[in-house]
Amino acid sequence: MWQYVGRRLVLAIPTLLGASIIVFAMVHLAPGDPIAAVLPVDASKEQVEAIKKAYGFDRPLPVQYFKWLGRVVTGDLGKSIATRRAVILDVRDSLANSLVLAISSSLLAFGAGIALGLLAAFWRGRWLDKLASAVAVVGVSVPHYWAGIILIIIFSVQLNWLPAMGAASDGGIASYLRHMTLPTIALALIPLGVIARVVRSAALDILAQEFVLALRAKGLARRRVLTHVVKNAAPQIITVLGLQFGFQLGGSVLVEAVFSWPGTGYLLNLAIFQRDIPVLQGVILVLATFFVLLNLLVDVLQTLIDPRIARH
Amino acid sequence: MSTIALPNEAEGVVGAPMSYWRTVAWRLSQDRATLVAGSLLLLVVLLTVLAPWISPYDPNSGSVRLRLAPVGSPSHVLGTDEQGRDMLSRLLWGGRMTLLAGLTPVVIAFVLGTMLGVIAGYAGGITNTLVMRTMDIFYAFPAVLLAIAISGALGPGLPNTLISLSIVFIPRVVRVAESATVQVKGLEYLAAARASGAGLWQILRHHLLANVLGPVLVFATTQVSLSIILAAGLSFLGLGVTPPAAEWGLMLNTLRQSIYVNAVVPALPGLAIFVTSMAFNLVSDGLRDAMEIRA
Repeated sequence: MWQYVGRRLVLAIPTLLGASIIVFAMVHLAPGDPIAAVLPVDASKEQVEAIKKAYGFDRPLPVQYFKWLGRVVTGDLGKSIATRRAVILDVRDSLANSLVLAISSSLLAFGAGIALGLLAAFWRGRWLDKLASAVAVVGVSVPHYWAGIILIIIFSVQLNWLPAMGAASDGGIASYLRHMTLPTIALALIPLGVIARVVRSAALDILAQEFVLALRAKGLARRRVLTHVVKNAAPQIITVLGLQFGFQLGGSVLVEAVFSWPGTGYLLNLAIFQRDIPVLQGVILVLATFFVLLNLLVDVLQTLIDPRIARH
Repeated sequence: MSTIALPNEAEGVVGAPMSYWRTVAWRLSQDRATLVAGSLLLLVVLLTVLAPWISPYDPNSGSVRLRLAPVGSPSHVLGTDEQGRDMLSRLLWGGRMTLLAGLTPVVIAFVLGTMLGVIAGYAGGITNTLVMRTMDIFYAFPAVLLAIAISGALGPGLPNTLISLSIVFIPRVVRVAESATVQVKGLEYLAAARASGAGLWQILRHHLLANVLGPVLVFATTQVSLSIILAAGLSFLGLGVTPPAAEWGLMLNTLRQSIYVNAVVPALPGLAIFVTSMAFNLVSDGLRDAMEIRA
């Protein structure tokens, strides 16, 4: 068991290194000189060389990469070109906001998705099942940025119930919750559809097994059969939940843009338009690390629930 | 699919079994949801392809006096946008761009991904490890994030959208193609083909690709809807197609400021993305069921 966990940890290292290479390469993907943004327009040739040297851009690429990596592992993500602040500070603040949104929307999607999926499986072919299928298709097909705009049109513009923009960090907890509501719903739509679908098919697979028939034959109450089904479907469901949570964190860029929610997506968007490459790199690297660690955690959780997996 | 009775079974006639593709076609013809979605899709494609001939106005010229006309205006059936441009014409033209930006990356990923996946799966060993571990790295990023990050670094424009979305979808196709190849490779008929002196090219073309293409194609169709949502999403962020061209995501973005004046018109481009992406999803679901591929 612990040997398996250790092996998975070791395997995550090359993935993270690979991800760091991709993130590093982004500076060089960008058109134009990476230092163009910090140069005065009328910089002389000597000035250009001096700044290149100061930023280390005159060294060969592998040397640049390892120097950068050495700083990154100590938590130094460089300085923002636009604000001159340390990137790690900006990322930390926005990550907190994004986490809040990811957790709230995941809770909503997990609760509703699991309930819908289970109900659909138990009443297979009935109207509840059809509703679940419809929700699942809509969830995976809807552009969530558009769903966000529709929510704003209905609940902010027409009904004037909820605020449309920002996070109102100064207005107390009630105001924060009110600002959170619409982005949470918009962000929950996709995982809701995916989870309902997966839970339904996982539950159906288990309901078709003989032990369920035996449980029913011995007269076990429907409610108790359900607990057996949930227990057996848990490893598969947990995988999907973990992945979806990761997607929530990394995929909220568009929803955050719609609601001007001050999270990592908003920061990323800002960095892109200010051509602030250090911030762009910092956000993506932190989110990718988070995502890889989350996948690792899911794997470990799975083996805790179902020890058979580690033996494969 | 177990409950579906094939026609020859249903009639109780013992005859020659239907060929695979005839069975698939027959199953599709019985699947109402897929047929409706398929017809809708065909309509969308047809309308957008015919945009230059059927759109009532020039999509890029508007009149300042006619800004944000409501849906149902006498001369503008679907109203006008914030610059007074005809919405129907812009939706038709915009669909061309959105479909182009959404479909092309999947086609590119299908071709390159299948090649890489089949090579990795058939060669095995170090080649396999090298290709597959490289693909794994891209799985360290959620799809939306990867697309936006690459587009953000490359800068706006349609070509950059196509590049970044192709990078998102290639690793996914490679995984499916590789696992399908490895499965087929272990089957006896391949050993038989090799033993009877079939060359590498012949094995790849006749024996491997024929069995790998099905699952990969079905997988690729499941990705089209996501690709369309992402392509429009990139334009929505200002990273995709550049103004004044019409594109659904871009239209949604510029009309967003106008929701306080007119609530219906700004919702239309998003509705178009939604309907198209849902139609693609339903068709790919139906195709997967009809071809009996579990993915």
